[in-house]
Order: sequence, then C-alpha cells, then structure tokens
Amino acid sequence: MVEHRPVLTFVTHATLIMGALVLAFPIYVTFVASTHTLEEIAKSFPLLPGRHLIENYLQALTVGPQNVGATVGTMMLNSLVMALGITFGKITISLLAAFAIVYFRFRLRMVFFWMIFITLMLPVEVRILPTYKVAADLGMLDSRSGLIFPLIASATATFLFRQFFMTVPDELCEAHRIDGGSPMQFFFDILMPMSRTSIAALFVILFIYGWNQYLWPLLITSDEKYYTLLIGIKRMLDVGEGQAEWQIIMASTILAMLPPVLVVIFMQKQFVRGMTETEK
Amino acid sequence: MLWERQAAAPENYPTYGRHDRAGCLSCGSTMEKRVVFKNRILPYILVAPQIAITVVFFIWPASQALVQSFLQEDAFGTSSAFVWFDNFVGIFTSPEYLHSFHVTLVFSISVAGLALSVALLLAVMADRALRSATVYKTLIIWPYAVAPVVAGVLWYFLFNPTVGMMAFFLKKVGVNWNHTLNGTQAMTLVIIAAAWREVSYNFLFFLAGLQSIPHSFIEAAAIDGAGPWRRFWTIVFPLLSPTMFFLIVVNIVYAFFDTFGVIHALTRGGPYYATNILVYKVFNDGFINLDLGGSAAQSVVLMIVVITLTVVQFRFIERKVHY
Repeated sequence: MVEHRPVLTFVTHATLIMGALVLAFPIYVTFVASTHTLEEIAKSFPLLPGRHLIENYLQALTVGPQNVGATVGTMMLNSLVMALGITFGKITISLLAAFAIVYFRFRLRMVFFWMIFITLMLPVEVRILPTYKVAADLGMLDSRSGLIFPLIASATATFLFRQFFMTVPDELCEAHRIDGGSPMQFFFDILMPMSRTSIAALFVILFIYGWNQYLWPLLITSDEKYYTLLIGIKRMLDVGEGQAEWQIIMASTILAMLPPVLVVIFMQKQFVRGMTETEK
Repeated sequence: MLWERQAAAPENYPTYGRHDRAGCLSCGSTMEKRVVFKNRILPYILVAPQIAITVVFFIWPASQALVQSFLQEDAFGTSSAFVWFDNFVGIFTSPEYLHSFHVTLVFSISVAGLALSVALLLAVMADRALRSATVYKTLIIWPYAVAPVVAGVLWYFLFNPTVGMMAFFLKKVGVNWNHTLNGTQAMTLVIIAAAWREVSYNFLFFLAGLQSIPHSFIEAAAIDGAGPWRRFWTIVFPLLSPTMFFLIVVNIVYAFFDTFGVIHALTRGGPYYATNILVYKVFNDGFINLDLGGSAAQSVVLMIVVITLTVVQFRFIERKVHY
C-alpha cells in the first residue's frame, strides 16, 4: 500500500471476509445438515450444528444409504484407489516419456511428441461414446483398470518434466557417461531425486484431478462394487418420488470433499506451485 | 513471465507455457540437449506406455468419432451407410441443437464473467491486504478442490424447493423459487454453482499477476497524485491483461467441458432443456437416446471448439496482448 487510508483498509478487509464467508457458506450449511436428523432438516433449516454428527457419519460409512447398495466406506476406498492410480500412473509414464524425448535422439521422436500434445485437445467429454466402446471391447467396464488406465495419458505432466529436464545441466549427464553409467541409472540416481519438487507439485494437482473424476466413472461403472464416492452421492439424490436421506447425503458430501480440500490446505505450497509455476 | 507459469495448470485445461511451443513445437531444434544417450531400443520402450495409452484411449476413439460422424446406422445397428455431411446438416438444422448452442454460450459467458469479476475484486483486495494476504489466500483457494458434481450437490441442497434454506428465504421475500420448473432460475443456479469453484482458480492467477507488477509503477503514479481507483484502471488493469485473457479462455473451456457434473447433479439439462449445454447433450443423445451418428457429429463439433480455443490461446493471446 502506498498511502494510508483507513477507510480503504476497512473496505479491503470487509470485502475479503465477506468473500471468504460467501464461498464457505454452502459448505457450512452442508456440514450443519450432516449433524441433524432428517426431520430437523426438513422442518426448520438449522443454522447451528446438531447432536447427530457421529451417528450420521457412522451410518454413512458402515451401513450406507438405502438406495445405493454400497457403503460410503467402500466408495471412498474406490475413489482413493482411482485417484492414487491416476496420480502415480500419470507421473510415471510422463517421467519416462519426457526422459526419452529429452535424453535420446530417435526416429519418430517428434511424431511421438505431437501425439502426446494432441491429447490436450481431446478431453473425455468430446469422445465419450467411442472411448466407452474401446473400454468395453477391452473388457474394462466395471473394473479398477478401467477407472484408471484411460485417464493416465498426460501431455501436461510430460511437458512439465520435459521442461524441467531441459534445465538440468548437461555436465551431469556428461560426467555420468564418462563414469560408464547407464541411462536408467542416470534416470533413477540423478534425475528422479532432482525432480522431487516438481513431482510433489504435480502429485497435489493430479490427486485432486483424479479424486474429482466424474463423467468417466459414471460411464463405465454399473456395479455398485466399483462406485466412486462422487457417483454414489449422485445416486443417493436420485430417489424419484421418495424422500432423499439428506443427513446421509450431506455427511457423504463432506467426506467426499475432505481429502482434496485437506490436500490443498496442508500442501498449499505445492498446490500453488503446481498451479502457477513451471519455470525454474 | 506470467505465461511461463501455466504448464502445470490443472488437467483438462489445454494450457501450457510459451516454452513448449517456442521450444519444441515450432522451432524444435533450438531447445535440444547437447549431450544425449545412445541407445537404439530403450527410448522406444520409455515412450511406449504413454504412446500406447494415447493411441488406444485418445487418438483411436477420436478418429472413430470422426468416421462415425459421416455414417448413418439403420435402426437395428446392422449396417451403416456413408452419408457425407448429413449428420452435420442434421444437427445444425435441428432447433434443439441450436438451442443447446445458445444455452451453452449464455452459460459460459455468464460463468466466466461472474467468476472473473468476483475473483478480480477479491485478488485486488488481497493484494492490498499485504501481511494478511496469505491468510486470505488459504480461505479463498480451497473451493477449487471441490469437484464440480459436489459443487452441484451443495447448491442443489441450498436451493432445493422443499428442504433448501435459500429457497425458503427467497419465498419469504416473495420470489417463488423452484428451479425444477423455472428455466431462468435453473440457469441462474447452474451458473452460480459452476462459477463458485472457478473463483478460487482465477483468484490464484490474478493474485500472482498482481504481485508481479513492480511496486515502483504504483508508487510513481501515487506521487503524481493518482488515487487508488485511477491507478487500478490506468496501470494495474492493463498490466493484468495477459492474465485476464488467459483466464477468459480457460474459464470458457471450463464452462464448456468441465461442468458436466454441475449440470448432471443440479438440473439434468432441464427444465425443458433450459440448461442443456452441449456436453450434456452429447452424453444424453449418445447414451440415453443412442443416436450414434448425431452424437458423433456433435463430438466432432466439440473437438473443433476445443482445438479453436487452444489455438486462440497460443497464437493470439500470448503474442498479441503484451504490454
């Protein structure tokens, strides 16, 4: 601030606090609803937490909502497996591809590079049906590999690692070669440890991306055993003429937000880095 | 230097930094390693997993969509005929599709406008708050971690005509809220729910942009007697324009392609197709109505939209808007 203006300072903080409150309001209401019984929610729009927190969350986690057929515990596990599978898969294949593209000269190198680049322009949403068909032909419907593999190609991660590898001094590679080391030793002993911060930043971004996948799991899972939590919540809402079990839905919603939100809050440095920075 | 930051933008957003293009896409030879390993087979093994996934799950299905968009299957799915551009003519003369296009435009522009203006306001304020900026940053960025479908559920609950608190208060002040019957209300609700989570993303980039503006510029203007309002519009805003244009494209891509969950949870495209955005329509026509040719033609149109937006982002925005 270049000058002292008390009124403006007040307005600044007031706006920010208002903004933060408005952003948090839907979550607060959701949390409050997850601590009441269904009658209390339907009758009186509670604004303060009630006494049924443990009861509701336990019911969601162990018994599950009535019309879904899987417990929230199972679905959280499915979401976790999918999110971690996508994260590790993307990081692994991108590290390898970037290593090949930067540290080797080979035929079709640029062709491969362009093929990876094109994936940026083909989100799942624009190729829904044919991708579903491929997964069906490969027998991947209702399976963990079907939830993970189609989503692990990553141009963004490959570009990020490629860019980072370009900044690694050539002398390191030269010295390694003079010492008679193999390419894979160089990759594991030198490049991997040096990429730690990039990997951490990507991990945060990709975990959120993986956990929040919705359209693809919706297409390929029909067996409750493989429902992810987000799919489960949507199913809980589809009660037709019946009464939705709001207290359980709201508890599940809080549980669905918890992992990615905690990751953002506690790994904020890596998160912001992953979002905004690539140049080192 | 703002532009170099985007290589790690979240997945789905077709974004990356200038170096990726300048360094390898257009002048591939200028950014090459001097020292490389020599091995005939190893590099192929290393790229194989990434390429296999890309071909099987990206390029092959996309080309299938392209082929299918020129075919028409008979009612039993036993034979198909090549019909040139019939499917495209079909969708572009269908009032339903044109309506969906219109809905998507209204939706995307509103989401981008709302999310950008709220985020800009908050970012400018947070930038002024100096010491407490980090605290506010934590308080504002976390909704980004909430999945679009969950955002939909949160707002669905708040505005639910029977149990929703907001719907109740709106009725008290005389607004008869029922987004399951009223198209305008449904549209308003999906816009708010979709923009809510995008505010955090925009905020982060605006704040980074603001913090990279040299403080001496602002000080010089202040010494010359410019007040905060004037300083913002004559110095800060023009310097932010690269960030602004980048975010406009990203927000539109988000509204076009990543809001499926919001729509699916809140309105399912209804009431009476009032919120039937293109991505939802493709899903609906392909999976529910099983219209293969039409759905493929719609996919191809969407691909063209993504490719156009991506090209705009690289060619136009990065180069032309520079202060």
